[in-house]
Amino acid sequence: MISDSSMPYSAPTLEPGEDDDQLLRVSLGPQHPSTHGVFRMNVVLDGETVVSLKSVFGYLHRNHEKLAENMTYLSSMPYTDRLDYICPLTNNWALAHAVEKLAGIEVPERAEFIRVITAELTRLINHTAFMGFILGDMGAWGSALMYAFREREKILDLFEDLTGARMMSNFMRYGGCRNDLPAGWADRCSIVVNDYGPFLDELEKFLVGNEILLARTQDVGQLPQKTLINGGITGPMLRAAGVNYDIRKVEPYGIYDRFDFRIPLGAKGDCYDRIMIRFLEMRESLKILRQALDQLPAGDYIHPKAKIRNFKPPVGEAYARIEGPKGELGFHLISDGTVNPFRYRIRPPSFINLTLLEDMCLGLDLADVVIILGSVDIVLGEVDR
Amino acid sequence: MSLEIEPIVARLREALPTAGISLRKNPGPSGQHSLLIDSASLIDVCRTLRDTPGLEFDFLSNVTGVDWPVAAKADTIAIPEGEGTAPTGGMLEVVYHLYSTTLRTGPLVLRARTVDREKQVQIPSVVSVFRSAELQEREIFDLYGVIFTGHPDLRRILMWDEFVDHPMRKDYVAPDDYEYEPTPHEAVLEKAKKHYGERQKI
Repeated sequence: MISDSSMPYSAPTLEPGEDDDQLLRVSLGPQHPSTHGVFRMNVVLDGETVVSLKSVFGYLHRNHEKLAENMTYLSSMPYTDRLDYICPLTNNWALAHAVEKLAGIEVPERAEFIRVITAELTRLINHTAFMGFILGDMGAWGSALMYAFREREKILDLFEDLTGARMMSNFMRYGGCRNDLPAGWADRCSIVVNDYGPFLDELEKFLVGNEILLARTQDVGQLPQKTLINGGITGPMLRAAGVNYDIRKVEPYGIYDRFDFRIPLGAKGDCYDRIMIRFLEMRESLKILRQALDQLPAGDYIHPKAKIRNFKPPVGEAYARIEGPKGELGFHLISDGTVNPFRYRIRPPSFINLTLLEDMCLGLDLADVVIILGSVDIVLGEVDR
Repeated sequence: MSLEIEPIVARLREALPTAGISLRKNPGPSGQHSLLIDSASLIDVCRTLRDTPGLEFDFLSNVTGVDWPVAAKADTIAIPEGEGTAPTGGMLEVVYHLYSTTLRTGPLVLRARTVDREKQVQIPSVVSVFRSAELQEREIFDLYGVIFTGHPDLRRILMWDEFVDHPMRKDYVAPDDYEYEPTPHEAVLEKAKKHYGERQKI
């Protein structure tokens, strides 16, 4: 095996192996459209077959954790929007959830409902965009993405109405949300939710029977369940392999225990299952959304005694996690009783889901690497932080 | 939902009588108490937690590095039972959050500490027990300078390989030319200068 350290940090794209001229080194990324951002893989190929794959991270690193340690708890809220910029509202919730656990803050019922609604809409956005991206990886560049983004835009319109921004929402506060739902928002949301099912039917019909999709994704990138759990894989990736582990059910945060929904599970854990599981999750999200919009109570959108200025959580630590669209999104906070967190750690799902990338790709073709990376569903804002 | 930690400590002490395990109380409302594990017995403890029926902590979710310039401050977050020995100087700490996917329990919080912040910064790597620590330990090595002995591939991960300091340390001072990054571009310019010689001045 060729060691990666011998490779200069900005190698030419192609370079013959030094110890074996049958091997070819390919530096895939960071400026490659299929790496979903500035992610790089140093791949060693024997013919078309991958014999080694080393990930290179850090092109988007800005040390968010260090920044957060030097500002107040609330000041880092807008920065969490930039972690996984496809789904800012779940990032907001994860941080708010951790701080609420750290300081023992209550959240009013209406705020919990607003959080569930925004989080499930975010899951829809993420999984819909995922369909567009993975089809792009397979060569259907543009068309699937166009349909996906058309529907995503409808939800982003709702977000703009609610938070003032399409993507950089900065919406959650410790003890609730920043503002209440605007007048008529719930009705407009219901329309979007009701129209989403037919769109999913249409998209699924396009994709599921497609011969290219089947050929490219079936039996690609499976790993045993034990390996996945041991490798810290979470979210749709884990459930596609049949492991029934969803934090909304395992450790119901917010008010998820009040809704009737099921956890879809895959059978084989290949890339095909990873695509299909996201379709099924979107349908479950629609179920949750309908129930939440029906039951939406009146009341406070933020706890009346929630402290915004000079907020100092008591000394202690807390680890809290939510089921983000990409997997387990956790925050570990250590408070020393001052206005700044002493330690602020993000547990990014897409970063840790890359742990087993090499294991999934070894022995497959280079073209499969692109599909496997696409099926992991990474966002580099979160990977590199 | 907080975890009953005392029975776990009892089972661990029964399985590993020589291991250094001490229970640390969390003063905050989260109620997540932790176990401070001796570095020497960290891997055995992790393996026991993973493989013992009834514990089955098979999922290491999160690994956090913490820098304590004043080590005594760490004991205000994780309060020892009884007197304890107050640490002196500074230290680095690694915090692990474990869950069980089969029993659906957790988080079980483990902590391991280095002797100081300069020379004795070694902590055994748990990658042989939990693969999920692989990238996270690399990150802590990169940003804090904890050396994980036995890690299969301990390199910098977020900062570039030529970087010398550990930016998440509390006493880290950002360089004045923080936008400077060595690139081959300068070498190319140097070569071009030789190549063009005097003509470049025109």
